[in-house]
This record gives sequence, structure tokens and C-alpha cells, in this order.
Amino acid sequence: MTEAPAVPLHMRRDAFSPVAELREIRETEGVRTVTNAFGMQVHLITRHEDIKNVLSDHERFSNGRPPGFVLPGAPEVSEEELASSRAGNLLGLDPPEHSRLRRMLTPEFTIRRMKRLEPRIAEIVDMQLDAMEIAGPPADLVDNFALPIPSLVICELLGVPYDDRQDFQKRSARQLDLSLPIPERLELQRQGRVYMTSLVQRARQRPGEDILGMLIREHGDELTDDELIGVASLLLLAGHETTSNMLGLGTLALLRHPEQLAAVRDDPDAVGPAVEELLRWLSIVQTAIPRITTTDVEIAGVKIPAGKLVFASLPSGNRDPDFIDSPELLDIRRGAAGHLGFGHGVHHCLGAPLARMEMRIAFPALLRRFPNLALAEAFGDVQFRSFHFIYGLKSLEVSW
Amino acid sequence: MKVEADRDVCIQAGNCVMTADSLFDQDDDGIVVVLVDELPEDELDHAREAVKLCPSQALRIID
Repeated sequence: MTEAPAVPLHMRRDAFSPVAELREIRETEGVRTVTNAFGMQVHLITRHEDIKNVLSDHERFSNGRPPGFVLPGAPEVSEEELASSRAGNLLGLDPPEHSRLRRMLTPEFTIRRMKRLEPRIAEIVDMQLDAMEIAGPPADLVDNFALPIPSLVICELLGVPYDDRQDFQKRSARQLDLSLPIPERLELQRQGRVYMTSLVQRARQRPGEDILGMLIREHGDELTDDELIGVASLLLLAGHETTSNMLGLGTLALLRHPEQLAAVRDDPDAVGPAVEELLRWLSIVQTAIPRITTTDVEIAGVKIPAGKLVFASLPSGNRDPDFIDSPELLDIRRGAAGHLGFGHGVHHCLGAPLARMEMRIAFPALLRRFPNLALAEAFGDVQFRSFHFIYGLKSLEVSW
Repeated sequence: MKVEADRDVCIQAGNCVMTADSLFDQDDDGIVVVLVDELPEDELDHAREAVKLCPSQALRIID
């Protein structure tokens, strides 16, 4: 039997905070070679300014993968199969292919479009809170609130039946679990694409009033089925895995800071800045999508040859004192504009306006419905989910 | 002073609208639209903030 691999340095946390060693790298050389979850040597960058520079330079730091690039232990597949499995995945593409697909999607995520969605999101939040209230305390906040709200929203937006949630939620969570062997994760990805194929085929025949339907009506001739499947799979996964962890972890963070919790509950003007500060302080996306250097580069005085993997630690960048004062403190009043929680550069989170809207509605609604919301387990017993591309909670027992 | 937006570089993140909705808007495709010809003096800080926050460096202030 092989031992479970150790959690890589850049994913280790002490509850909310990145471990001290990450700070030490940021304060000393800034860039260090570390071992990633798959045992590969990668260059970890930790400073806010360096991260911004890398993420905004898609020519020298590519999201694509050169021919012949394989993850350790990945089964051999034909070039054709590889191309099909990568099609439509915006996070694996560089401009101009990336821009072409992104521009088809952005009309669905404008701030104006989000405002139109607001009442429906509020309704979904209320529905979940009603169900929680009827079932009574204690309850797992992840299962009853944090996960269902963004899942329901992305299902409706995208055109995915919510009844299928158990399968796709489980698949996505395991797909992003970096402690699992690569072949198993690739198999989950394949199953996800098979599932999405059925939805794409159905939508090709009868396009609905959702994103899949819109893509087919307006861009159906320009998009292959593989691309549609890739785009939709990414939106489904990114739409619920991210916001759900922000809602779970964010609620816990507020419960640990009761005065700030009271402000989010009682002062509508505090909510927007609070969401930004929670995004910064929690930085649930552990690293940006790994970039590959396309040429020899130098970051913080460290030379990195072409063809190397560069990992940008978003939690470290967001706690860089050169970016923000007293970075270790959660201070919801400051707003934290310019944080890297949604990334930076051309891959800046497409769904950011949706995520913000969901959080701005859900946090105060939860806290107003249950003004006495409290942890129903010892803080030391809370199960954090570290070995995962997106940091979060496995569960959170609460009472009210 | 003016603020200039490169609509080809814009990635439709909407950060500028969030920062200064009296200066910026998004068209139906989400691409930035500058709402003012001349930057009002009292909006200069907002404009600078928007330039700084733009994830794709699509904005700049020109004299």
C-alpha cells in the first residue's frame, strides 16, 4: 500500500490562515521550488505584485499545455482524445481561443444581468432557509445552505436538472480532491463529460431559456459539441464548488468574529465590503491555475527556465502587507478592493458578479433568519477540507 | 483628463462598473463603455482606482 501523500505546503492551513512557512517564503526570497500534490517540482510565487504580473502576462505564462505534457500516472490517451477532453475548458486555453469562448459567455454575467437575477436568487435563498427552519436545529450548514444555494442557481442558469445534483456534486468534489490518484480524477472528469454530452444533445434539439440554450441559438454553428460540453462542465463545476465553500467558510469566519457578524446582519451597507474582505481573507482558491513558462523568465530576481510550472499562491498574495495593512486581520469594513480572490488577468473569474451577488444575498439572509446562529460543535472539531483545489469545510454543525 | 478603455483587451469582469458606475458601464456583451468625455475632478480617484483594479489592464488615464 502506498502512503497517503502529504498535503503540499501551499495548501496547508491553520484553520483559516495559510501556514507560517508560506509567509516566510513571501518575506524572504518570494519564489521557492516546492513539491506539488503530484510530486512535481513547481515554482511557487507568493507576493501580491508578482502574482499580478504573472497572471496578467498570458504570453510568457501560459494556461495551455505543450504537446507531450502529461501528469504523472495519467494513462496514455491519443492526441485526439486529449484534444476532445480539453475542448471548451477556458482555464486550459490562452488568447485568442480563450477570448473567443469567453466573449460568448460574458453577456450572461454582466452586472446588469445579475441585477435581473437578484430576486430569483433571493427566492432560492429563502427556500433553503425555510427548509432549514422547518427541519430544526442542529443542522449541517454545508448540506443545507452553502452547497444547495449555488448549485440551484447554476443549475437554473445553465440548464442542468437539479435532480441530478447528487451525482454531479459528488463528482466535482472528488475531481478537485488532489489527494486522489490522477487516473481516478481523470475518470471522474470523463464521466462528467459523458453526463454533459446528454444535456448538450438534448439542448441541441430543443434549446431552452438558459445558457446552454443561448450558446446553441446564438453560437451553435461556431461551437463543436466538445466545446459546448467543456464550457458547460466548467461552468457547472466552478458555479457550485467555489461559492459553496465561500458560504460555508465565510459563515464560520463570521461566527468567530461576532461583532463583524452583527454588522453583516444589521447594516446593509456593510455587506458588499464584507464579501470582498471575506474573499481576500479566506482566499479559498489555493492557487491560480498553474501556468507554464513559455520562455526563460525572472520573478523577484529568481530565474525560471522555459517549460516550468508556476503556481501563484492566492492566499499568500492576499495576505501580503505590501498590498494591505494588517493582512492577518479580518476587517469587513475595509472592503479590500484589489484582492486576488477571483484571480487576475484574462482568466479573472467569469462568474465573479454572480458569486458576489449570491454572497451579498445569502450571508445577511442567513444571519437575519437565525439571529442566534451558533456553532454546534467545538471549533477544534470543525472539519476543514485542505487537500483540495478549493479550500473549504467538509461540514459545519450549527444551531439557532 | 480623460479615461480611455481598450474594448479589445477588456475581459468583461465588470470591476470598473463596481468601482465607478458614473464613469463606466458595460454594453450587452459585458464590454466596457466609458460614460464621460472629460473626467470630472471629483471622480479622478475613482478613475485611478478602476485603472488599478482592471484585471486585464484595459483602462488608462490620459492628460
